[in-house]
Order: sequence, then C-alpha cells, then structure tokens
Amino acid sequence: MFDLDRWREIFQSINKNRLRSVMSGFTVAFAILLFTLLFGVANGLGNFFKGAFADDAQNAMFVRVWKTSKPYKGLQTGRRVQLKNKDYDYIADEYENKIQYKSSRIYKNFTIKYKNEASSYSVMAVNPDHQYLEKTIINEGRYLNERDLKAKSKVIVIGRLIKKDLFGEKPALGKRVNVNGSSFLIIGIFSDDGGDNEERKAFIPLSTSQAMYGNNDYISQIALGYNPNLSTDAAIAFGNQMERDLRKKLNIHPDDQSALSVRNMAEANKFVGTVMLALFFIITFIGSGTLIAGIIGISNIMIFVIKERTKEFGIRKALGAKPSSIVGMVVQESVLITTIAGYVGLTIGTYILSLIGNSLEEKYFIKDPSVSSEIVIGATFVLIVSGLIAGYLPAKRAANIKPIEALRAD
Amino acid sequence: MIRIEKLHKSYPIGKDSLHVLKGIDLHIKEGEFVSIMGSSGSGKSTLLNIVGLLDVHDEGNYYLNGQLIKDLNEKKAAILRNKFLGFVFQSFNLISYKTALENVALPLYYKGMARKERLKIAQEYLEKVELGPWANHLPNELSGGQKQRVAIARALVTKPKVVLADEPTGALDSTTTDSVMDLLKDINDEGMTVFVITHEEEVAEQTKRVVRLKDGLIISDELTATGKAKTV
Repeated sequence: MFDLDRWREIFQSINKNRLRSVMSGFTVAFAILLFTLLFGVANGLGNFFKGAFADDAQNAMFVRVWKTSKPYKGLQTGRRVQLKNKDYDYIADEYENKIQYKSSRIYKNFTIKYKNEASSYSVMAVNPDHQYLEKTIINEGRYLNERDLKAKSKVIVIGRLIKKDLFGEKPALGKRVNVNGSSFLIIGIFSDDGGDNEERKAFIPLSTSQAMYGNNDYISQIALGYNPNLSTDAAIAFGNQMERDLRKKLNIHPDDQSALSVRNMAEANKFVGTVMLALFFIITFIGSGTLIAGIIGISNIMIFVIKERTKEFGIRKALGAKPSSIVGMVVQESVLITTIAGYVGLTIGTYILSLIGNSLEEKYFIKDPSVSSEIVIGATFVLIVSGLIAGYLPAKRAANIKPIEALRAD
Repeated sequence: MIRIEKLHKSYPIGKDSLHVLKGIDLHIKEGEFVSIMGSSGSGKSTLLNIVGLLDVHDEGNYYLNGQLIKDLNEKKAAILRNKFLGFVFQSFNLISYKTALENVALPLYYKGMARKERLKIAQEYLEKVELGPWANHLPNELSGGQKQRVAIARALVTKPKVVLADEPTGALDSTTTDSVMDLLKDINDEGMTVFVITHEEEVAEQTKRVVRLKDGLIISDELTATGKAKTV
C-alpha cells in the first residue's frame, strides 16, 4: 500500500532534520562501505590464488627428472636420469583408471622462420591430450591429433604471439614455416590464459620430434591429468605412489627429490582450498562484525532520535494519531534511510573496487576485487531488516508512552 | 457532554502514592464554558488530562458524549480524541518543523482526509483566527499569541464537541490573553463546549461557570456574572 501522505510526512521529517538523517545515514553507509571493500578485497585475494594456478589443468600432474643427488644400488651421484617412451607406457598401463589425460613432453628451442621474419621459440613435442593439460585454447584451425602422431606429420600449432610476430595481421593458418630447417604446416593457432610466455610457444607431434631430432625414444617430462573423480587426498596418494614406483623402476634412491619428482596440482588444490576456507571464515567473521557495528550504530541513533521526538509523538497522539501510525512512520523513515545509505555505501564501495581493478595484483596479490550480486542482495536485505528493527523497537516503546507523559518530555 | 462520578486518581511516588483526585463529581452540558480554578497541585491538570483521554483514572465513572470511558487502549483513545476533543496547551505544542498551515491540518491527516481538502479547511480556520497571511510560517517565526491562535485553530479544525484548554493564557501577556479569551468566547458562542483550566481570576471571570478545586476536591461550583447574565 502506497500512502503518499505518509511519504510526505517522512520526507518532511527527514528534510527538516537533515543533520540527524545524514548522521544516521552516514553510519550505515560507512559500515556497508567497509563491508563491501572487505568482501571485495577478500574476493580479490581468492581470485589471485585461483588465478595463480590457472595456467594448467586443475588436475594436472607433472613427472620431471634431473640428475641424481644420492648414490643408490652402486650407482653414482650426478647420474642423469632419462625418461623414455616405455616409462610413459608403463604409467599409462599401471594407472589406467586413475588417469584422465596423459601426454609426454619434449622441450626444444627452435628458430621458426616465415619469409624474412624469424625468431627463436620454445617448441614442445607432445601428445594430443596435452591440449587439456595445458589448457590450450584453439583460436583457429585445430590441435594435434592421433593421426598426426601416427604419420609423424610435420605439422605445428603456434601461439597467438608467434603468429603476431611472424605474420602480423595476415592469415597464418595453412601456411608453411621453417622450423629448425624443416618445413612445417601450421594447422592451428592458440591462446592461453597463463600469460604472454605461454603464447610464444609452439606444439609439434611427439613422434615427429623423436624421429627428426635424434631418432630416439627419449622424453623430457610426463604430464598427466588425474581422474577428476578422485578426491584430493586420493589424488595426492596416487601421485606419491607413482613417484615411488618410478624411482624403483629407474633405480633412484627413494628420497632423491632431485632425480625425480612429481608436481601434483592436487597438493596445490588442497592448499588453495585451505587458504580459501580460512579466508572465508575471516571475512565472514569481520564482515558480520562490521555489519553488526553498523546496525548497533543506527539503533543507537534511532533510540536518541525517538527520545528527541517523544514530545512530538505526544502532540500527534493528542491530535488523534494511533500508535500504529507513529510506529509505521518511524519504521518507514528508518528503513528508507538505511536503504538509501546502504545503497550509497555499496555504490561507493563497488566503485572503489572497480578503480582498484588489477592494479594491486603484483604487490598485494589482489586480483579483480569485486562483490557478487548474492552478497549485495544479502547485505541489502540485512540492512532493510536492521533498519526495521532499529526503528521498530524504540518507536513501539515511544508510541505506547501515555500522551501526557510524552507531552511532558523535553 | 461530560459526566464524571466519584473520580479518583493517584500517582505512585516511589513506594507511596500521591492521591491527587479524591472523588470528583462534575457534569458539564453541551455548550457550556467552564473554567477550573485551583492552585498548583490542586489536581486541575490531572482532571483535564483524564477528561482529555491523555491519562486514565483509577476509580469512578467518566462518560464522554454518553459513552462510558473504560479500559480504552491507545488506538481507541486516539480515535475518540480525534473525533470529540480539541486541545489547547499552555506551551502551544506546535510541531516545530511544520508550518502554521501544516500544524493546523495535522488532525485532519489523522482523520484520513485528502491533502488538498485538509489544507483548504486548515486555511479557513487560520483565517478565522486572523492568521491567514502567516500560513506558511514556521512556529518560531510567530509570536506567543500567534502561536496560541494557531493551536486554537488546530484544536477547532476537526469540529470537536469539546475544546480543552490547559492554561491557554499562561505564557501570554495581558493583551494577547484578552484576544485568546475572545477567541474562546466566540467558539463557545458557536455552540462548542469549552473547558478551561487556569489559575488567573481574570481569565476565569470571562467564562460562564467556575469550578474551584482544592486538594483533589471540588470546593465550589458557581456561575460567573457573565454566566448568570446569559442564563437569565
């Protein structure tokens, strides 16, 4: 029910008591501003943590090898460990049901040349599954497939920035480039969220690389994606198990981290999960504290305001105002002020957060701080309810004072 | 119009209670102009508050316009006040942030009248108390006498059966006192019951009937010279 006269009374009361209204509004606006900033910054921290691991798939695992640092079974320290295709096949076989994606990796650095433009780039020889492990986004054409590997085709998928370097704005798909002296066909162009370095890479089929450069079955790394149905703990256990098995198989000391290690995103996921949970508790605690402080602030002001207006209420009652009309007027005024002030605080907060944007990412690990619409709606709801309570309780008491006592008040 | 039988009222003061009204019997007929006289502490203000439904009595019966007043809740009391009673206070009790016109129109708002209509009626009443040109002034821009005339206009605007005035001239000088009393006389001449509380003899003389109160009891109840002249 919309009562124009009631609104007129309220606006008049707010307008004629501007300082009071502004003060009570300020309390609420400030509380909501702090609340918004707090949640925004916490969200920004969360975004940063999530983003820090966004380069690779959430379930990625990498097996890397280097030189041994401990003697084992008569083998000397400093022995160079070499992964081969059979190790890859062993893992693929042994842990078939725990693996979603799998790919070998060979790292190369090649000069890629097109007409007069040439530059040195990191080129990775991989299997088709690698697209999902590296989260490669195909912009044009396609990624490597099994046919390319079987045929050992001389095809290449280049990063967006390589295309920009060598071709500028001209089309590159279907063109041939010179890779370390051999001609390769560009079958795809990709982008990657992991940053510029990731987009200055190129992918070629693993088999092609092994045949062309050295004619062996050596691989640099094994990249896996564990089965997403595994729990984080199970995935960590799987990683540890695989690490033990491989060390045994390659004659490496069980504690030799230098010779062979498995980087498991499950561990990072667990860490991020824990940090996010802790962060969630902290912001919930402080955030609700801030809101409560704001609510108490407005309640105090309302109590004071109503005390100040007791005589006016007495006059109104002598003139025929029902208690309900006085309570209604005060509550409506209180809700109006809290809602507007809350909205102002929210707007300023959101604006500040948008100004901050990504500028604090480098130094303070805050990325894209923002508040979600659920939080906004939730906070607004809390505000309206608190305005209601803050106005209702003291108004109810004031309205029930006998008019003669109210009139005596000064 | 107002009938009071054996009215008692006491106020608690700490553990004891102060017996203010000790059995008042009073009958005021429609159209009367009555003043209650008494020194401070005699219970005259308490009596007016009970008559005005601003306070409740402990014992005895009170009939307003033939209706027994008993166990009224605030809502019912508010409706009755709005319908039957108009108040004029010693300290005017205007709402400071509303203009004279808005103050006068306020009882009509609580009656549920539309804004246009109530402002029109309020303006008529302001003109009746000769304050038409001051309609848009705030109370603190008016003199004491003007304020009290606004308050009287506000008391009259709902066309109540009874106008209750609690020391209406208490805060005014003698010239403005006369103009306010003239106004109350005019109202009474139009047939409205007027009930004035005062401790000034000059004020009481201008009414038609004087009831004297002392220590919570009526000690005399007689017609004034004016009252006698009118009834004869």
